Amino acid sequence: MPADASPFTTVIGLEVHVQLLTRTKLFCGCPTTFGAPANTQVCPVCLGLPGSLPVMNRRAFDLALRAALALDCTIAPFTKWDRKNYFYPDLPKGYQISQYDLPFSSDGSLEVVDPKGAFPPRRVGIIRVHLEEDAGKSMHDEAAGTADSRIDLNRAGTPLVEIVSQPDLRSPQEARAWLNELKLLLVYLGVSDCNMQEGSLRVDANVNLHVPRGDGSTAKTPIVEIKNMNSFRSVERALAYEAARQWEEWQRTGIEMGKAPKQTRGWDDAAGITRGQRHKEESSDYRYFPDPDLVPVTVAAEELAAIRAAMGEPPTRLRAALAEKWGIPAADAAVIVNQGRDVVAYYETVAGLVGEGKPAANWLQQDVLRTLNETGGTITDFPVGPAALADLIGRVGRGEFDTARGREIFAGLLTLGRAALPADVAAAVAALGITAVSDDELTDLVRGLLTANPKIVADVKGGKEQAAAGLIGQARKQNPNVNPGKVREVALTLIRAM
Amino acid sequence: MQPVELSSVEIVTAIRQGDVSAERVVTAFLDRIARLDGSINAFLVVDREGALAKAAEIDRRRKSGQPLGPLAGLPVAVKDVLCTADLPTTCASKMLAGFRPPYDADVVARLRRADAVIVGKTNMDEFAMGGSNENSAFGPVHNPWDLDRAPGGSSGGSAAAVAADMAPATLGSDTGGSIRQPAGLCGITGLKPTYGRVSRRGLIAFASSLDQVGPMCRSAADCGLLMETIAGHDPGDATSLDTAVPPYTQLLDQPLAGLRIGRVAAHFAAGLDTEVARGVEEAFAVFKAAGATIHDVELPHARYGVPTYYLVAPCEAASNLARYDGAHYGHRCGPASGGKSAGDGATAFDSPLVEMYCHSRAEGFGPEVKRRIMLGTYALSAGYYDAYYAKALRVRHLIRQDYLDAFATVDVIGGPVSATPAFRLGEKTGDPLAMYLVDMYTVSTNLAGIAGISFPCGFTRSGLPVGFQLQGPALSEPLLLRAADRFQHLTEWHRRRPAGCSV
Amino acid sequence: MSLSATDVAKVGVLARLALSPTEVEAMARQLSSIVGFVSQLEELDTTRIEPLAHPLDTRNVFRDDVPQTCLTTNQALQSAPRHDGECFLVPAVLGETGAA
Repeated sequence: MPADASPFTTVIGLEVHVQLLTRTKLFCGCPTTFGAPANTQVCPVCLGLPGSLPVMNRRAFDLALRAALALDCTIAPFTKWDRKNYFYPDLPKGYQISQYDLPFSSDGSLEVVDPKGAFPPRRVGIIRVHLEEDAGKSMHDEAAGTADSRIDLNRAGTPLVEIVSQPDLRSPQEARAWLNELKLLLVYLGVSDCNMQEGSLRVDANVNLHVPRGDGSTAKTPIVEIKNMNSFRSVERALAYEAARQWEEWQRTGIEMGKAPKQTRGWDDAAGITRGQRHKEESSDYRYFPDPDLVPVTVAAEELAAIRAAMGEPPTRLRAALAEKWGIPAADAAVIVNQGRDVVAYYETVAGLVGEGKPAANWLQQDVLRTLNETGGTITDFPVGPAALADLIGRVGRGEFDTARGREIFAGLLTLGRAALPADVAAAVAALGITAVSDDELTDLVRGLLTANPKIVADVKGGKEQAAAGLIGQARKQNPNVNPGKVREVALTLIRAM
Repeated sequence: MQPVELSSVEIVTAIRQGDVSAERVVTAFLDRIARLDGSINAFLVVDREGALAKAAEIDRRRKSGQPLGPLAGLPVAVKDVLCTADLPTTCASKMLAGFRPPYDADVVARLRRADAVIVGKTNMDEFAMGGSNENSAFGPVHNPWDLDRAPGGSSGGSAAAVAADMAPATLGSDTGGSIRQPAGLCGITGLKPTYGRVSRRGLIAFASSLDQVGPMCRSAADCGLLMETIAGHDPGDATSLDTAVPPYTQLLDQPLAGLRIGRVAAHFAAGLDTEVARGVEEAFAVFKAAGATIHDVELPHARYGVPTYYLVAPCEAASNLARYDGAHYGHRCGPASGGKSAGDGATAFDSPLVEMYCHSRAEGFGPEVKRRIMLGTYALSAGYYDAYYAKALRVRHLIRQDYLDAFATVDVIGGPVSATPAFRLGEKTGDPLAMYLVDMYTVSTNLAGIAGISFPCGFTRSGLPVGFQLQGPALSEPLLLRAADRFQHLTEWHRRRPAGCSV
Repeated sequence: MSLSATDVAKVGVLARLALSPTEVEAMARQLSSIVGFVSQLEELDTTRIEPLAHPLDTRNVFRDDVPQTCLTTNQALQSAPRHDGECFLVPAVLGETGAA
């Protein structure tokens, strides 16, 4: 449903937890490797044993700063860590070390632009980014019907940044696109691998509806927080479901924000619905206070400058740079950059060897990326390396053969069962019997055709240049290696000279 | 002289010189513990086997000419608030009964590296909360000077062990006076170092911004000897100071002439026992005679120390003790507990998990620990934070500023360590507030993060020790130890032994 | 300043301490007296005084991102009231939310 046709506006804010790409946990030297056997990456600190003390990981703080800078946040000159107190078996200390009133950064933004214009460019405000520790994992096998839950503390103490957006998103589709942009940014900058399957990126969404009334005022439905979404697609679906559910509820009950407590609902991906979750009133009394085991952190301007310098280009700037450098449309640059750093590198190698950006962009999008999409591989182990592709594109450009023949060769290279080299392109060309047609040969051939087709000659002379196209099919019948464009060009030159 | 009569400095010297074997020294103290501790209850665990093995190893190494650590052969008892990988660590709580940490506290590791012999773990108030040692889940400690009286707390076991010659040196911890007050009541010398001087890693937290480990010995010189081993930067404690450790024992032997000692008139207001007041005034006179000058100073907010402390400490404690919930270690209630309380008509629990938490904690903690957890939870809860916790932090700032102002004109501040000599066991147990007031002269040192030392300065007519406290600015330990050491060269109070414990 | 039995019961839930009605009553009395005592801080005007949460002025204490030896699973579980050799076991965690 297009936004302007809807009787309400969907208002969405996101809370994203991202695991930082450190080797060790936030407050101890345990590794953060995913998938290790339960309780093998633990020590007194992350088990919360009596007497253990946290010491902050420098790398985690630097990566957090990098994330905040990339999101255009203001970095606080002074920051501290607080204890968020609550009891839960995956939280062995009985508190989470987090940041409450003085997060290290706040007030940033991240813009998302849909290359196809599905929604207007949207600059989404970032309320804050803070650094905190993750909890462990509790597992309950309901099917087994046992009375116990199993607790694995490998993940406890893993460094996370929590990114809280303003409620600036206006549709599930926008939310998904924005998350893609955020992920791209964080992956580009080496802040996180953002692997949702491994839990290194988690999203909670706050959503409600703004319903315009006849009198010009706006009614707002109660805010619902959605949890348990395990892919960006789930986020989009859950938000769409929830907007529809709230609309239905609004029409039925007319309950407005403030008249009902904020609700937490869990997304059931299989059922495609959200369900209300138990929410105890006292559980929100976290009794935050400054953690006396840690000392505050001050950030100097020089430090920020150093981190900025080492950060690399974020996707937005890379898109513009790519379009500018290679003279390709912004949409092409967006597609390439959105594929990640490796694809950008591949593209730039190809474009550099070809000496021209646009054909490389076309081949990359229409052939390489499409193949990757179908086969599910990555660019780094794509069988047609940049040198081979550049060689192929160069031959097409020089008119050795047309794009259709080029595609046949490309398809052949994919079946080699190994990485294709420029030599393989040459071999494929030879195998297909493609030999370049010399100019003399072509002129002779076209001259013969003109003699046999006086009507076409007459038509062209009469101003209908497109009539020359009728010669191309005949020319290819006589010699499949002729370049259609050249046939046309030679024919027109000869006719003009007649 | 019998080994148990020797000071720590004398013991390490004698062992190093081969005058006595480590085994003989350690055996003497172990035997004395076996003989006396039944009536004192200063020890929760005695590691006879481990201590003798370590002593034998030291003797072997000495004979074969291998290098020995600076505390080689010195028997040391460690307050049970410090983690020891080879001995149970309980904090005198049912919650941690039988708990064995998989690691040593930094100070324990330092003692071991220095070749000290850890003879056992000393009794204390549960989780270091208390001023009488009556809050131990394993029974109170009896003051060696009068077994019907409390040794003070929370490091009462450590203080009593030294006072009764069951150990020449012990470690205690001081959050609001828990080293100095029992040292005072037991007639020994105890140093609360500057916050951050000694690592807290492996010290089971009571109130993290106040806790500090320190030595409790027969003399200031002995405290200096231990400090040379236990003090120092620990990269595993973010609040540990990265500052060089002075050679405390080499800095003792300097005259006191010119030392400016502050005297706070308010310390002598109503409530101070007259015999204690007399002992303290006599100590000032001793210092004066030795060339120090006495100056009146004010600590205008000192009277708010106790109320400030009883907000800051419980708030931190409530959070620090949240980890004892029966999930990963420590006491977990039996499956029957739920039914028991349902019959009591108390709370209906949200889930079996919450029920397990609530009963495990109710069963594992003693009444004083519960009281402080409740107080801290309340003071941090929604709507009260500003009125209590934040308010207390502002007053804490004023209290620290008082000291900074005072130390602009004097080098140290002298005065009583507690208002009365050792009180009777059971005398204050019915009144939590009365018990809190025993900390009135000591809590501000912790709130300000500075150093303080307590040492004996006299005895009451009934034969109970009276303590004197010196407080100094951050990192003034060399000065405090020197002043106390000089005092102990001029007086004999620290050499007295309780009659019932004579060799 | 005094705490009612209801206040105490509420704090007991937050602190995860099961309290019998008798304990609640005694606790209400004792906490009221302690809270009354600490409330003498109200006498002081502290409006322009910054809270001092910690005695140290130290800032920026970090460690390097270098892995250290972990405990073995056996060591990690050695004091667990219940475990299955791999994980800690606790009464069922069902549909309850931990952190927000």
